[in-house]
Amino acid sequence: MAECHPVGFQWVMEAKARGATVIHVDPRFTRTSALADLHVPLRAGTDIAFLGGIVNYVLANEKYFHDYVVHYTNAASIVTEDYAGPADMDGFFSGFDAEKRHYDFHTWQYEGAEVQAASGERDLEYPDRAGGDPPSGSGVRQAGRGEAHGSGGASSGQARTDPTLRHQRTVFQILKRHFADYTPEMVEQVCGVPPEKFLRVCEYLTENSGRERTSAFVYSVGWTQHTVGVQYIRTASILQTLLGNIGRPGGGILALRGHASIQGSTDIPTLFNLLPGYIPMPHAHANQDRAAFLAAEGTDKGYWANMGAYLTSLLKAWWGPAATPENDFCFDYLPRLTGSHSTYETVMAQTRRECVGYFLYGENPAVGSANAKLQRLGMAALDWLVVRDFSLIESATWWKDGPEIESGELSTREIATEVFFLPAAAHTEKDGSFTNTQRMLQWHHAAVEPEGDARSDLWFTYYLGKRIREKLTGSTDDRDRPLLDLTWDYPVHGPLDEPDADAVLAEINGADAQGNPLSSYEQLTDDGSTTCGCWIYCGVRAGGANQAARREPGDRQNWVANQWGWAWPANRRILYNRASADPDGRPWSARKALVWWDSDEQRWTGHDVADFAATKPPDYQPPSDAHGPAALAGTEPFVMQDDGKAWLFAPAGLVDGPLPAHYEPQDSPFENRLYPQQRNPVRQVLPFKGKHNRMQPSGAQPGTEVFPYVATTYRLTEHHTAGGMSRWQPYLAELQPEMFCEISPELAAQRGLTHLGWATIVTARAAIEARVLVTERMSPIAVQGRTLHQVGLPYHWGHNGYSTGDAANELAALSLDPNVHIQEVKAFACDIRPGRRPDAAGTAELVREYQRRAGITDETGTEI
Amino acid sequence: MKRWLNWPVLRQFASTDPSGRGAAAKSRTSANLSPRTADADRIVKSVCPYCAVGCGQNVYVRGERVTHIEGDPDSPVSRGRLCPKGSASLQLTTGPGREHRVLYRRPYGTDWEQLDLDTALDMIADRVIKARGEYWQWQQDDVRTRRTMGFASLGGATLDNEENYLIKKLFTALGAVQIENQARV
Repeated sequence: MAECHPVGFQWVMEAKARGATVIHVDPRFTRTSALADLHVPLRAGTDIAFLGGIVNYVLANEKYFHDYVVHYTNAASIVTEDYAGPADMDGFFSGFDAEKRHYDFHTWQYEGAEVQAASGERDLEYPDRAGGDPPSGSGVRQAGRGEAHGSGGASSGQARTDPTLRHQRTVFQILKRHFADYTPEMVEQVCGVPPEKFLRVCEYLTENSGRERTSAFVYSVGWTQHTVGVQYIRTASILQTLLGNIGRPGGGILALRGHASIQGSTDIPTLFNLLPGYIPMPHAHANQDRAAFLAAEGTDKGYWANMGAYLTSLLKAWWGPAATPENDFCFDYLPRLTGSHSTYETVMAQTRRECVGYFLYGENPAVGSANAKLQRLGMAALDWLVVRDFSLIESATWWKDGPEIESGELSTREIATEVFFLPAAAHTEKDGSFTNTQRMLQWHHAAVEPEGDARSDLWFTYYLGKRIREKLTGSTDDRDRPLLDLTWDYPVHGPLDEPDADAVLAEINGADAQGNPLSSYEQLTDDGSTTCGCWIYCGVRAGGANQAARREPGDRQNWVANQWGWAWPANRRILYNRASADPDGRPWSARKALVWWDSDEQRWTGHDVADFAATKPPDYQPPSDAHGPAALAGTEPFVMQDDGKAWLFAPAGLVDGPLPAHYEPQDSPFENRLYPQQRNPVRQVLPFKGKHNRMQPSGAQPGTEVFPYVATTYRLTEHHTAGGMSRWQPYLAELQPEMFCEISPELAAQRGLTHLGWATIVTARAAIEARVLVTERMSPIAVQGRTLHQVGLPYHWGHNGYSTGDAANELAALSLDPNVHIQEVKAFACDIRPGRRPDAAGTAELVREYQRRAGITDETGTEI
Repeated sequence: MKRWLNWPVLRQFASTDPSGRGAAAKSRTSANLSPRTADADRIVKSVCPYCAVGCGQNVYVRGERVTHIEGDPDSPVSRGRLCPKGSASLQLTTGPGREHRVLYRRPYGTDWEQLDLDTALDMIADRVIKARGEYWQWQQDDVRTRRTMGFASLGGATLDNEENYLIKKLFTALGAVQIENQARV
């Protein structure tokens, strides 16, 4: 955090100054470690074992927050008799279909209740809930729904519960049995963390959790970029829920995101699987209409029961007067999914020439996405490519100077791809909002006009849409109706006829039938009388004023500071904050008070906006026929869940198990000590099988010894992602002038590597060179009786700009988390050798030689 | 002699500023300097474009050019601070690394060519229509899909919410489903 979010880290230092204990768990010693009370280096790719060990400690030593767990989680729910976990199933959960490499989740359900998840794979239950065809094979089950974090669960029927938590099939007892194997000794074997150090972490964390104290977890892509990434976060969720650290000040699981509006581009998603506000994109089903979609994907209780209002208001925002009750509000205008259409499937489709046009908006996949070679080969097979960026990034120039040109694998004169480079406007040259990592929208104002041909992406997209509409005007082809009926007329201003970003924000916010701005998603209806482009952003222009542009200075506000910008939903700064009060509505403790029930005023009040119906008393019990938010009791804080409870065990929504289990990374030099099953059995590798995405032998397989080290990728303070916004800045280039790797003195001695000399790092995909930084900040760790050396690889580079070097992403394979299709670049086995790599052709031969030595074929590593 | 007496080291030890951090370090030139922020025509409120912490920025403009960018002390997020990247955002926005012209590489071409922005927009519109039509799918396996697989889009995490909204809206209306951004990688 001190490296990559340094200004945010000032608050960690503030907390430390007030007595907080800071623990840093990371394979590397960084600026964060230097300021932490305790640094715990561990083997990259083993955090589920580490966190699972803490869960076991909390349960075995009864350190959980009993009242919070009993009242606010699903600990008391009883799970079906057919459920079996990996300890009893050789590393598999019940329901595994080896042929389809897929889990049937039905045995993970509660007893007596058919539960639907409203996050994760909601479409899996389509046949159960809407009738009709089963999900179409591997396609549907691979479609990601994982961005819908924190939302989930509809049930039909009433799940059996045991509030004493003693029933053997309660979630609580299942949890205890599941994590019983995650002992301190096992943590040492798997993670390489000595038991004394591990127990100090357990003690620090549990001493600082409970009524009087809270602890927060902070993570970034070090947790997400794994074949089990979602389950990393799940393990932290289980732990924080057991400790009562969710919905309370100083608690939470905080994702530190790495782009200015990566949160916003997930909320208003430029993502294949979502519509704005985490409404799922529809999958293809026979005779699907809006009602069938909502029956399948919406819920009975909680706020997802209102999905119809959110969806209908979105359809009205997009298709305006054309969307009528008679035509189902143009629901049929939405294109349908038939599986995963993630960026990695798209790259494979490009190589097969099944997708021939490509827009890049401020992203540099030629060096910034895993298996960079496949990214370039995909682009080389396109008909056309549009690159919108500040500078000539590698994704714009690969056709004349990419590694494949140097090696002769591709020839510029034979590449048919047409490339358009369009310069983009900077944040100082356009109005607009970013949503930061705490869900807060902040407006930035244009300071000057962009120069030359530079334009905002708002300008480009708006005028591209207008041009296409003009060219198709008068078309009678039914496929053009969604485009021609689209509301696509925004006011413009200034010398460049810039579309008015505030008018776009007004559409996102929504309006009533008279065109008045809405102030809350509670006002949305499913009868077509309201419009709203993104329901969770409803209220950002409450009263017709741009709330995201508010800038009341921080020192003139309380510590919540909610007069600066605007956080979704409803300007709440801490989600699920009803949980900061006990079941009776009183703060768990005075020092951790956030919101509470004011019995005189008969409403929730406090420092933050309560994430709860404002006048619903703590003793509210819903009538048996209640539906939606009204069906949640006054003691159910998790208002997006059908049962209003936090899920320690996820009976639906995840494709790789209701509980986290440790599996080894795709390419690992170690055997899985916890289960006979080596890797996540449903990880996504098969679509990427082939000569450009070779995997490595793992565990006890012959050939594993060819790649004895573990590499992990990361960012530096002085650069940004794949370098498009930092390698062209002389200041930053001077601070970090070229690609390097970080290794320990022990590894340097073992492999003859010298400080400031060169090293070549090799995997089954590629070999890259890097300057060597020998540092004691990289420490060898003892794992399973061996010494493991890890190799640190910053991934900012390519060969354009002022600061240059090989791209770490050349080395990484396409092996993905099956829930969210994120690639595993945070832990993969490699070799490292002294000296520079040969020229491009020689490098290709070097990689082939490694493949031969390790016995690698297209099949290697693709087994279950 | 006068020049010698003006020698900074001599001034430093002869004055009340032996550590050389105040009056002794000043020259006539430096005394007449003023910060770039002092003569700005206006200060525009902004947000750092790098990571998602969302540090406040003050953008200083003089003569319709951005002359300086620094941290906004009012921000409860950042309290005026910026990291090395945020501090380099003047160079990001006004530096020599930026391209300001449309460039075009024709099929099998060996170098860039200049292209008029309006022509480029028109050519891209034609190509979208063509790819969309050629790879259109009304259905797959007898189930209605109403979509095109002909083109894809990648990126959005560095853009504004309003830009992402228009991209998703337009491309979805065109029938595209392969719309992705950095959140996936």
